[in-house]
Amino acid sequence: MLDLCDQIFVLLKHWMLGWPIWPESVKPLVSILLSIVPIMLVFAGLFAIMTVLERKGLGRIQNRYGPNRVGPYGFLQFAADGIKALTKEDVVPRAADKVIHFLAPLVLIVPVFLAYSVLPFGRNMVPMDIDAGVLFFFAVGAATELAVFMAGWSSRNKYSLLGAMRAIAQMVSYEVPLIVSTITVVMMVGSLSTVKIVEAQADYSGQWPQWHLFTPWGFAGFVLFLIAAMAESNRSPFDLPEGESEIVAGYFLEYSGFKFALFFLAEYLGMFAVSGMAVTLFLGGWTAPLAFLSWLPSWLWFFAKLMALIFLFIWARGTVPRMRMDQLMNFAWKFMLPMALINILAAGLWHFLPAGMGRWMACSAVIGIPYILLGRGLVGGKQFAKRTYRFAE
Amino acid sequence: MLGEGIIKGLAETARNFVGSYVDEDRLTTVQYPEERLPAQEAARNFPFLLFDGNDPHAGLRCVACQICERECPPQCIYIEKSKDKKPDYVGKPQFYPAVFDIDISVCMSCQICVEVCPFEAIKMDTEFELSNTDRFGGLLLDKHQLAKSNEYYHKIHPTEAAGVDSRLAADKAKVEAKARADAEAKARAAAAKATALPTLKAAPAPEA
Amino acid sequence: MTLPFAMIAVVTLSSAVAAMSLRNLVHCALCLVGTFGGLAALFLQLDAQFAGLAQVLVYVGAVAILIVFAILLTRGAEPAQQPIVAGSWFIGVAVAALTFGSLVVTVITSSAITSPAGPKPDVAADVTVKNIGARLMTDYVLPLEVVALLLTAALIGAVIIAMPNEAPDSKLKAESSKLKKSTNF
Repeated sequence: MLDLCDQIFVLLKHWMLGWPIWPESVKPLVSILLSIVPIMLVFAGLFAIMTVLERKGLGRIQNRYGPNRVGPYGFLQFAADGIKALTKEDVVPRAADKVIHFLAPLVLIVPVFLAYSVLPFGRNMVPMDIDAGVLFFFAVGAATELAVFMAGWSSRNKYSLLGAMRAIAQMVSYEVPLIVSTITVVMMVGSLSTVKIVEAQADYSGQWPQWHLFTPWGFAGFVLFLIAAMAESNRSPFDLPEGESEIVAGYFLEYSGFKFALFFLAEYLGMFAVSGMAVTLFLGGWTAPLAFLSWLPSWLWFFAKLMALIFLFIWARGTVPRMRMDQLMNFAWKFMLPMALINILAAGLWHFLPAGMGRWMACSAVIGIPYILLGRGLVGGKQFAKRTYRFAE
Repeated sequence: MLGEGIIKGLAETARNFVGSYVDEDRLTTVQYPEERLPAQEAARNFPFLLFDGNDPHAGLRCVACQICERECPPQCIYIEKSKDKKPDYVGKPQFYPAVFDIDISVCMSCQICVEVCPFEAIKMDTEFELSNTDRFGGLLLDKHQLAKSNEYYHKIHPTEAAGVDSRLAADKAKVEAKARADAEAKARAAAAKATALPTLKAAPAPEA
Repeated sequence: MTLPFAMIAVVTLSSAVAAMSLRNLVHCALCLVGTFGGLAALFLQLDAQFAGLAQVLVYVGAVAILIVFAILLTRGAEPAQQPIVAGSWFIGVAVAALTFGSLVVTVITSSAITSPAGPKPDVAADVTVKNIGARLMTDYVLPLEVVALLLTAALIGAVIIAMPNEAPDSKLKAESSKLKKSTNF
């Protein structure tokens, strides 16, 4: 019975594939569609819910209600936003490069949807089990940067061009710590396949899970991955390219109506995809946190962990002010990249030392001491004193 | 250490988030059309005319002296005096305004009309939900829309109303006391005249 | 010559021709990206997963961005003032034809095509990322190190070019360079 619950989507797909109405030649296409369409619908629905949750969450953090007029407790706000986005006039500047202006949102959305095909949503629930899953994910992630450039350049607007160049610089800089922090996981598991990475974390020592998060290098890798993920999806505190001056919205300045909604969709879907990858790499994918809880379906655990990470993103957005461009770049190259490389060293040490308290101390020291030193170097030795005013007191 | 500030910040916002569900102080939003904030006493918006008692015509304090019309800086008050008179709160016959219009699209709520009125007839109202679909006629309030009772004044400005009432009562008492004193003096004079000796009257004038 | 191969080949070739012949330089760069994508699709069709995905990651994700940045930061973004076809096009066509001819001859006479058994059917199963990594670290370690050295040299060169010039004496120059550094985007 529990097994049925767990595998219900897989069994549903096999049952629908077995219907006699499909001719044999169409069956591969039908199989692909049956995998893809639910994913697109689920994540589009999750995007809709998340816009409301984010606004309400940010509101509560800022001591106010979020939207609470449309629907029960405001949860139909996404419908109102969707209708607004669809019915707004689509303004294209006269001097804009029409073909590229039209193609940019599409070129942004397609790789983001492609990235979902290697995430394991549950036991036996990967749309595409390829040998180089993690590499595929980052390859399509890199393709989204081109769309940002296309959007910024085609508007023939100096502000959007500047915003686009800053966005690309940020995305390229943070891609390096993102990928280097996943190298440790790939190294320890020995495979690039996401399915194998989750299976490597599926054991329990007693009740405690064997996730990569609960090792020193895994924890450092997780934090680095999450920060780089926030920067990759242009999410506060790294949203300088898009929220810099909200009056001049950066690279999607000249977009209105549905194309603007597509950019937002792409940003949030990118956030879900990279959270899904973080769940897969560090948080044990679809495995339950405690051994006695593994009767709950695996896909439920995946989505629960995904929502926990989304909440973390929203929480960070409500807390931290926006970083300036030079602070952002310094942070990427002078702190995160060295920490990611040292993390690789620590992971190697973990692999070769015998199990026990000794390797915990050694790896924590290898990660912790450079963290403190690099942190001091980043701050530049400045102390923040309490501000005094000469004439105001 | 790097990251300490961020952790403290995250703790603070988490406290805000959880506290906004349990604590009153952490969610101070007043959802406007359904809930309203209690009005302050010293708030003011546009003027209104006061009447005592229940009859807006008979109890209207305004005597159409037109001082407020002259003093109003943007000249938003328009008054037409009546032809006849009616008794005021002490009983003395006074004129009353046949037409009293205030254009609230012009009024700047400076309260000068209130300050100069000698009869405590015009005071500041606190009503602000005055939107209208007619930009010109709908914002020209006439005497019937402006006249509001003294009880209403007590409700919106309690201490001010109490002060005004005590002053008017004192004036009324003084007028009545004066009237009583006059009446008594007249009565005494009449009585003294009645009981005086008719000496001058008795002697007939000599005929020549 | 299967249908997928034909479709991918058509897309790749047409993007390459468009990249050569379009007027607007940014359009050319974007068609070049299409060509890179087509090549990656060809690799993936041959089950060479690592090569195809690395092609996307490196070429589309980095080289294409480098090309567009270069176009933007120089004046190539404006449409061409003079005709694109240069005066000495005859020599260019001759060199291109020579290169193409030598490539065709090499491919046709190579062992992959002329050997009677055809390509080995189980090659694909061997080409996992693990095997590529193992071979890189054992058989091909010298090219790996040379590439690493080249990349380090490029990185150091980039840092040197991007560093502001420090005048050795006056404090004013040092102040102005510090200001310039802090206002970089």
